[in-house]
Amino acid sequence: MKIHIPTPLRGYAGGKDNVDVAGATVAGGLEQLATVYPELRNHLFTAEGKLRSFVNVYLNDDDVRYLPSKEETAASDADELTIIPSIAGGCCCLCNCF
Amino acid sequence: MSIRISEEDFSALRAHGEETYPHECCGVLLGKHEPGVGNRVSLIVRAGNTRTDSAHNRYNIAPQELIRIQRQARGLGFDIVGFYHSHPDHPAQWSQTDFAEAHWMGCSYIITSVEKGKAVLTNSFLLTGTGEEDKAFEDEDVVVEAREEELLSTERGEA
Repeated sequence: MKIHIPTPLRGYAGGKDNVDVAGATVAGGLEQLATVYPELRNHLFTAEGKLRSFVNVYLNDDDVRYLPSKEETAASDADELTIIPSIAGGCCCLCNCF
Repeated sequence: MSIRISEEDFSALRAHGEETYPHECCGVLLGKHEPGVGNRVSLIVRAGNTRTDSAHNRYNIAPQELIRIQRQARGLGFDIVGFYHSHPDHPAQWSQTDFAEAHWMGCSYIITSVEKGKAVLTNSFLLTGTGEEDKAFEDEDVVVEAREEELLSTERGEA
C-alpha cells in the first residue's frame, strides 16, 4: 500500500512524501513504515504502541478509527493510507484580554 | 525566520476572519518551505470550522477536508506549509489551546485578531521542535508581497 506522509513527518521518512510498504492490514503497513523509518515511530505511536490521539489515519477515504476492524482492517497494494495530524485550537476561554 | 505571502492572500485570510465573526475562521496555507528563508505561501484554502459547539473560541478542521486539501496541494506541486485562524475579540497571540493542539512542526500558524468584526492584527508563529516534548512557537515576521514580488511591508503587530 502507499502511505502518504504529511509535511512535518517527511524529515523522518527520508524526505519522502509517500512510501510504498508491504502489509496485509493497516496496522501491518504502519508497522512496516516504522520499521523502515524508525525515527517515525515516536511520532506515530505512544510508548504503549497505540496511535497518538492527534494522528489521524485514513484508508483511502475512511477514518480507520471508525472502520469495524479499525487498524486490523485488511489493505492491499492498491490501497492508499494517509497520515494526517489534527488541526485545531482557538483563543483563550478567559475573556479578559480586552 | 519569516513567512512570505501575497497581498491578495494576506487580505483574503483577514477578510475570512471578518466574514465568520463572531466565530473563528480557519484555513490552510499551501506553498513551499525555502531553506534558510522560511515558508512561502502560494495559495490559501478556506476550511470549515467543525467546532459548531463553541465556534467563537475554538476551531477544528475535519481530517477529511485536510486530506482533500493535501491532495489539492500535491496536484499543484505545493506542500501544506501552515494554517490560519482568527481570534474574535482576542489578541493575535497563540493561546494554550493553540499550542496544545499544534502538531505540524515546521509549519506556520497565522492568527488574526478580529475586534468587533474588523480584522486588526495578523501575526505568525512557527512551530519548531522535533516532537511533542520539545515543541515551541516562535514569532516570525509576515512579509506581504505584491504579485510582482515587490515588497510591500513587514508585518509584526503587538498582540
